[in-house]
Amino acid sequence: MEKCKILIMLVLLAGLSPALAEEGERLTVFCGAGLTGALSEIGGVYENATNISVEFNFDGVPALRSQIEQGAYADILVSANLKHMNALKSEGFINNSTVEVFARNKVAIIVPNDNPASITGLKDLASPGVKILMGTKDLPAGDYALQVLDKLAADPEYGPAYRESVLSNVVSQETTVNRIVSKIALGEADAGFAFISDVSPQMVGKVTRILIPEKYNVVGDFPVAVLSQSKYPVEAQAFLDMIMSTEGQSILGKYGFIPAVQSGASSGTAEAATA
Amino acid sequence: MQEKRDTTAVNAFRYFRRMIFRRGLFKSMRSRAMKAGLVLLIFLTISFIALPVASLFLRSPMGTVLHSLKSPMVADALRLSISTAAVTTITIVILGTPLAYVNARFRYPGKEIVDSVIDLPVIMPPAVAGIALLMAFGRMGIVGQHLNAMGISVAFTTLAVIIAQMFVSSPFYIRQAKTSFEDVDLSLENAARTLGASQAYTFFHVVLPIAYRGLVSGAIMAFARSLGEFGATIMFAGNFQGRTQTMPLAIYTAMQGDLDAALCLAIILVIISFLVIFLVRALSRRMYENAGN
Repeated sequence: MEKCKILIMLVLLAGLSPALAEEGERLTVFCGAGLTGALSEIGGVYENATNISVEFNFDGVPALRSQIEQGAYADILVSANLKHMNALKSEGFINNSTVEVFARNKVAIIVPNDNPASITGLKDLASPGVKILMGTKDLPAGDYALQVLDKLAADPEYGPAYRESVLSNVVSQETTVNRIVSKIALGEADAGFAFISDVSPQMVGKVTRILIPEKYNVVGDFPVAVLSQSKYPVEAQAFLDMIMSTEGQSILGKYGFIPAVQSGASSGTAEAATA
Repeated sequence: MQEKRDTTAVNAFRYFRRMIFRRGLFKSMRSRAMKAGLVLLIFLTISFIALPVASLFLRSPMGTVLHSLKSPMVADALRLSISTAAVTTITIVILGTPLAYVNARFRYPGKEIVDSVIDLPVIMPPAVAGIALLMAFGRMGIVGQHLNAMGISVAFTTLAVIIAQMFVSSPFYIRQAKTSFEDVDLSLENAARTLGASQAYTFFHVVLPIAYRGLVSGAIMAFARSLGEFGATIMFAGNFQGRTQTMPLAIYTAMQGDLDAALCLAIILVIISFLVIFLVRALSRRMYENAGN
């Protein structure tokens, strides 16, 4: 009986301890899954500089949006397109003055390194039997890919039939861009629509990028914002400034994103260092 | 000095407690409080489980939910889920019944290991099941690479959905079937054999009719588990409407756009779960009554 009581007390204590430990300041960052590598690194730099811990929730942006709409707590949203950010803005979840584009990205075709379907260009994607992975239409990566296909369909060199053949080759609509990349890396599919930034350091040697000509590609704006419910708006803004700083932008550049602030630094980056 | 006073205090407390106990005053108060506490605890536990399920129905206006039934995503998911789960269940019954019977009736070296391996998918996290299936049947997998060489590719097909479902739900049938066979009185089987019935005849005309209800309830459990399969499917079979997007995958995908469709599918799955529990309970009750007669 005594032993039993002690055991129950211990279990209760163990259950409560994380709740009791939650004294320090902590930023909760909801972040598109494709940004995992770059934002984790920026988060680490921020933690070292401020002693405020950063907790990430990486998932497909539409999933993050649903979570926020259903009442999940977050201080910052890092999105891969403006569509979901604007929707949350109009619903009042976003502190509108904080929204800024921190990076840009383009669509790229990725193929496994051994390239079983020998895909070398856009035309090969329409060959019968090629297995293609894409994002769902709500996922930024899927949305951008459809825009590229629309541009190709509008060009007589490809035409609407091309778009239809490519879409009929799609075997799965994934809910995060990471899942597209990892399934391509496993060699489960022949090609995937992802971003130029998606060949992260650990994917080098497993997947190869095929670039899409500029005239067919779209440039996606990646926005970041502080949420209106944030308990730490000042600290959250400092995190945004860190992303926009020379250091943050160079980390993004290292992961293949197109930095929004060109090196040669604007005035905004100087104050970020002191914040 | 201090110590002495403490012990007297403790002694006084013990004395009073004994007095109260003897008169039964404290006792009855304590038991009433315990009863009230117990009722509260049971109420909390029940509402903890019932509330989220009820909320599914309360949060969503029935009109919009029924309207979502017409959406192609919902209709495709419903059709795909029911058909794949049906194929899975039939396959499991055909493949699992002989195994369950042999494990119920015979002893052989390594039987314990076989039983454990069969039970493994029940406790295996679905994500582990998904990656395991990829390593086996994926294009570069142990089996998959040979299939691929023959021009058969499993990943991203409806077949992959069925394989994932079979992997996770077969233990539910095999376990139940094994216990049902174990419950069949061995003397009945022996009597049939001494009367000249062959082993196969005995199985189909004596054992199977007696174990029948148990097998059906096992099959229903496997069917229900197949309908709910999510983790292994999304990793191994992918997510494509009409081909691999089963109800749980459609719920996950719709959560990112059309919440009504997600709620509609969730409500259908809850209703199916209720039916399954009801059926299995009815079957096992009748089995129990039959055993009593």
